[in-house]
Amino acid sequence: MTTALEIRNLHVNVGDKPILKGVNLLVKQGETHALMGPNGTGKSTLAYTLMGHPGYTVTAGQIIFKGVDLLELEPDERSRLGLFLAFQYPVAIPGVSVANFLRTAINARRRAAKPDDKGIPIPEFRKALKSKMDLLSMPHDFAGRYLNDGFSGGEKKRAEILQMAALDPEIAVLDETDSGLDIDALRIVAEGVNRLAGPTMGVLVITHYQRILNYIKPQFVHVMLDGRIVESGGAELALHLEEKGYDWVREKYVEKT
Amino acid sequence: MYERTVISTSRAKKAEAALPRFAFTRADVEAIAAKTKEPAWLTERRLAAWQTFEATPMPTLNDEAWRRTDLRPLKAGQLALPSLNGKGPARRAPAYLHKPLVGKQQGGLLVINQGKVEETALAPDLKKRGVIFTDFVTAARDHGDVVRKFIGRTVKSEDGKFAALSAALARTGVFVYVPKGVEVELPLHSVIWDRGAGASLFTQVLVAVDDGAQATFVHEAASPTADGQSLHAGAVELIVEDNAHLKFVELQSWGEHVWNFTHERARIGRDSTFDWIFGAIGTRLTKSFMTVDLDGEGSTAKMSGFYFTDGDQHLDHDTQQNHNAAHATSDFLFKGALKGNSRSVWQGMIYVAPGAQKTDGYQANRNLVLSKNARADSIPGLEILADDVRCTHGATVGQIDQEHVFYLMSRGMPRPEAEKLVVDGFFDPIMQRIPYEGVRNRLKKAIVEKMG
Repeated sequence: MTTALEIRNLHVNVGDKPILKGVNLLVKQGETHALMGPNGTGKSTLAYTLMGHPGYTVTAGQIIFKGVDLLELEPDERSRLGLFLAFQYPVAIPGVSVANFLRTAINARRRAAKPDDKGIPIPEFRKALKSKMDLLSMPHDFAGRYLNDGFSGGEKKRAEILQMAALDPEIAVLDETDSGLDIDALRIVAEGVNRLAGPTMGVLVITHYQRILNYIKPQFVHVMLDGRIVESGGAELALHLEEKGYDWVREKYVEKT
Repeated sequence: MYERTVISTSRAKKAEAALPRFAFTRADVEAIAAKTKEPAWLTERRLAAWQTFEATPMPTLNDEAWRRTDLRPLKAGQLALPSLNGKGPARRAPAYLHKPLVGKQQGGLLVINQGKVEETALAPDLKKRGVIFTDFVTAARDHGDVVRKFIGRTVKSEDGKFAALSAALARTGVFVYVPKGVEVELPLHSVIWDRGAGASLFTQVLVAVDDGAQATFVHEAASPTADGQSLHAGAVELIVEDNAHLKFVELQSWGEHVWNFTHERARIGRDSTFDWIFGAIGTRLTKSFMTVDLDGEGSTAKMSGFYFTDGDQHLDHDTQQNHNAAHATSDFLFKGALKGNSRSVWQGMIYVAPGAQKTDGYQANRNLVLSKNARADSIPGLEILADDVRCTHGATVGQIDQEHVFYLMSRGMPRPEAEKLVVDGFFDPIMQRIPYEGVRNRLKKAIVEKMG
């Protein structure tokens, strides 16, 4: 059994409106994929659907992860199976500190694996958290702040990658993690991702712009238009898109249909 | 004719259920007074209170303060007074109630189990410095003049039917006196424990912190849940004289069969501070009037409260911050979560008297409604008769945001854990205001128990 995320002919509605109209994609552990495309083509819908947001209805198709049909699982079960989504717009949870939140998340995983687990010992947790924060150049007092509450755009994205570091997923989906970041923040976040990515993690970078791909190098680039992946290629495809824009893809796609 | 019959039938159904009527009599008051061997002035006070009780009509939904709290289901006639000649309780109050709630040590402990003093202790140095910390009856007997000086200063029988009833019938209670200039470092901790249904309990808690003195007082009222109904009616009087400081922690965890009525009122003198932390998780029904009178210039009151209800619980709190003097500050935050068919009512008022300039008043009530059938009514109020003041208020009733739950679930937490974390977060601003780990743990435990 390979640790792969396989999306087969996925159709998704938001309300009555079809957004995804037959997406096929295979992301294996150790691979980095980029999913690009203009706004409103369904990239974030794909991200939310992968994680199991109740507002997205799958009308056809399958998502298979580690041989399991993800559509049968609740969001928490998907997470514990090894899937991670870095949100484009993470919500603020007032009153819950970053540290408390992460410890609860880690303990939920431990308890799912072993029901009588006592939870991660606090010193061990603190040490791990500090080292992950260092990885992302975050001041340690960050751990005591309320999750995403009053965070700047850059802090929110860094907090997402901190969670990714702490939860150690096998497939990570980064939804527009580059949006709203200045170049320094982008570099820190991307370097963090690169340090975490490796042979045991697959990454799907969803982005509107090529910019983040200067830092996180994909082996595969896909272009989404109107709810389908219409073009796939290597890293050179992203550069081509940067240069020529999306119009040529659109024209080519319209000709095909 | 047929139609008229139908109309009269529906009228019959709608007819007001009878108001509760207690079976207590003046003879009960006299018997209590005789039994407690109390000073004459206290007996006179009881009889006067009884007269007020009799003259005061039972509150109905037509009374503004009682519009949302219906007394009719209270089977008042079935409630008995505690026996005057009974033996002590068969079992001690639970061990956890004997332990310090605040810090590791306590300056004094008083545990009253079903009206009987089960444990009483006061640090010798506090006793030597004139601190009084004892049950109500003993205080009236042994320190009558001090009790007399303070009792009735903030809560009066005329404040309501239940205030009068409690003043007439109370044999259980706590008296705290901290003399001028005495600083009590370790907390004084009292517990009133009761049990059983069909019972009634009347209490008087009286705390006086004299000029330049300071103290921390922790008071818990608790009982296990039983079938049927019980009654508690009580007064809490808190007197903080000039340049004095009182921290008061009050936890109410009566069994969910108890009908609870309290009048609680603090009076804060010049340049004094009062920090009131209160939590309510018990009772079938509560109606509490909680008032702070900022009588002295430069006085400060901070109130931090929480409640968590479930089942058929109904908690109704009327709070009042009276700025009677200039340069006073009041800061009130009250947060509650509700489950099941439970209901909360909060009516708050900041009153600023004419001339109380430079008042800084704040009140907020935040509710988190966790079930379809739970309901929270939150009614802030301001009445400002001075022109140079700053008063703000807020009232919110909300539900758990499903986007929050999804976000937490996406990190691997099962739904119940995700919801609990959101609830923890909701209560965190109150936790931040409670400097005592023991009290915070009590709230945390209540959250765990109520969240299931």
